[in-house]
Amino acid sequence: MTTMSTRAKIAVVAASAVLLGAVAAGYAATAAEPARTPPPATDERAVTLTPGPRLLAITDRYVSSVAAADPAGPRTVSGLECLRVYAAAGTGVCLRPETAWSYQVVVLDSALRQTRAVSVPGLPNRARVSASGRMVSWTTFVGGDSYTASGFSTRTGILDTVTGTTVPSLEEFAITRDGRGYRNADVNYWGVTFTADDNRFYATLSTQGRRYLVRGDLAARTVETVKENVECPSLSPDGTRLAFKEAIDGDPAKGWRLSVLDLASMRVTATAETTSVDDQAAWLDGATLAYTLRGSDGRPDVWSVPADGSGTPTLLIPGAESPSPLT
Amino acid sequence: MYLSTVSRPVTDPPGPRRRRFAMVSGNVVALGTVSLITDVSAEMVAAVLPLYLVLGLHLSPVAFGVLDGVHTGTTALLRVVGGFVADRFRRRKLIAGTGYALSAVAKLGLLLAGRSVPAIGAVIAVDRLGKGIRSAPRDTLITLSTPPEALGRAFGVHRAMDSIGAFLGPLAAFAVLLAVGQSYDAVFVTSFCVAALAVVVLVLFVRERPTDGPDDPRVSVREAFGLLRSRPARRLVLAAALLGLSTIGDGFVYLLLQRREDLGLRWFPLLAVGTSLAYLLLAAPLGVLADRIGRLPVVVGGYAALGVTYLLLSGPAHGWPMLTLTLALYGAFYAATDGVLIALAGPVLPARLRTTGIALVQTGQALAYLVSSILFGLAWQAWGPQNAARAAALAVGVVLVGTLLLLASPSRSVPRRVFR
Repeated sequence: MTTMSTRAKIAVVAASAVLLGAVAAGYAATAAEPARTPPPATDERAVTLTPGPRLLAITDRYVSSVAAADPAGPRTVSGLECLRVYAAAGTGVCLRPETAWSYQVVVLDSALRQTRAVSVPGLPNRARVSASGRMVSWTTFVGGDSYTASGFSTRTGILDTVTGTTVPSLEEFAITRDGRGYRNADVNYWGVTFTADDNRFYATLSTQGRRYLVRGDLAARTVETVKENVECPSLSPDGTRLAFKEAIDGDPAKGWRLSVLDLASMRVTATAETTSVDDQAAWLDGATLAYTLRGSDGRPDVWSVPADGSGTPTLLIPGAESPSPLT
Repeated sequence: MYLSTVSRPVTDPPGPRRRRFAMVSGNVVALGTVSLITDVSAEMVAAVLPLYLVLGLHLSPVAFGVLDGVHTGTTALLRVVGGFVADRFRRRKLIAGTGYALSAVAKLGLLLAGRSVPAIGAVIAVDRLGKGIRSAPRDTLITLSTPPEALGRAFGVHRAMDSIGAFLGPLAAFAVLLAVGQSYDAVFVTSFCVAALAVVVLVLFVRERPTDGPDDPRVSVREAFGLLRSRPARRLVLAAALLGLSTIGDGFVYLLLQRREDLGLRWFPLLAVGTSLAYLLLAAPLGVLADRIGRLPVVVGGYAALGVTYLLLSGPAHGWPMLTLTLALYGAFYAATDGVLIALAGPVLPARLRTTGIALVQTGQALAYLVSSILFGLAWQAWGPQNAARAAALAVGVVLVGTLLLLASPSRSVPRRVFR
């Protein structure tokens, strides 16, 4: 190599650059996804959030609805693109791309019209609306600001659609852990679920590698830990139980078991779903949970399972994710 | 004493305008180019990896946090082993090249790993390993192709070129994504091709001069351990570790800044951009300054800037001027310490064992930083963020005094003035 002239070396580098450039361009040309064909029914009015016997879900990135009685049957697809969606009492929340690298939380009215939009940091993860339709919450993943430098952290925010008050991040709230005041830079929150008074809520708090169920008070800006190893809580319509994902042996790397916590007795019942569920479940009624599972290729399906631990999981909406009953 | 000095006399620069560039050897420019191209490749992947994991694969990132701590220790050990192997077989270029090649291959590994979390973890580990083992032999090559009195400038130019690559990487990634849609695979293949080009440039343009005669005995493990028995080298590694103890990490600095300024959360990534910009602009000038006034004063100045950064984070001032000043000082800290510390270390370490020595310095710093970030986390819990930042500023002061006691001994081993 040392005998090569500088000119020859430059020629070799140039040739390599052309060759490698061709490889990259060739791969990109074959790998480029064909432009997404617009969904079949693009009439936005076709999907509404008006309470009724329908289920809301995302089909191939677009908000869609199916009849609750025939969830695998004909689907109405809107032209609204969202990564997560949820709705209650005619109010919807949608996490969607704002630009190529940023996302926003959009509050929707019953006709899927945008009433508010909040830009959020990071990548969409969870979205919820309180049963009354007043409170909206979201969780995003943010890369690289936890003190392990390369770890992910989460940001969870809450918006009151009546007053317009926004809490950009629950990290500002005062924490009581096991009865004592607590603070730590590594605190993260995810998966909010609201109670009927639109002030109290439940969520997951993570710190020092542990994950807690917390009960929060929006007005007082406080949270207190309730129980360990409870993630992504979802309050039942009657407010007595929380569906959640329980890390197997307390280790999220081993996956999660979809379970239900009875708030009066604090007893946990595992559901019949044995596949790892990484989702915040939705209550279809007082006895049934719906959640997203992904195949090995990453394609989603919505499944359902009885909340009392009985029965077996059933495929509810094939090829869909982010389920929500339109109540 | 320094073979590199003897074999490569400094030629007079032709004119004041060309002065800076003429003083950097072709080998340093070659290594800088390799770093620049490699950083484009690395930052391309870093920019889209969260998108890929969360939105492409729908994996839960929480599972990845678990993988992280384990690798740091392994990388630290292999870095020193790699340094020793490079010295023993006098193949710094080969070891550096292996590191660059490993990271290149890791980009393709992401394609093959699919949705398997352990496989992705392994690929990321290979990438880190490549990064870990290449930096010490690369820095050694810089010291071996630069006269000792111009080392600050050489490292300054190298680090500036490195950061230019880091700046271009995310732009390249988003250009690819815009061109091909949401195909993350195309970003990884492009990143691999860019990294492979860097290896080609390294193979063709980076030269390694023999540091000793062919009949000299090979460096033994005993000799490598003997490095820590030599006073100047031991003091240097100690000082590096001590300095590492006073850094709390970018994550904490940006978090403190974002909280006190109540900055919109989506502007958060721009804090890192601001720091890199200051680093990029200041690396070369501060390297030149280090050659003029001495490296130790510049390193001390850099840590002083870090101390002021921590004080600003805990002080009463607010607003955009304060934000800008903080980021500028934080970037200046990197510019005044990252390359200059190695420029300070290079001449102290015998050429035969220099890669091992530099690897020890970098590992000492990395492990100390791991400890200090945990300590700062505990301080945050116990005293709250403001007081923890004040404590960190205090720690910088204590560490600086310790460093001065260790390094500013009368037997100064670094030439202050260029001999002409």
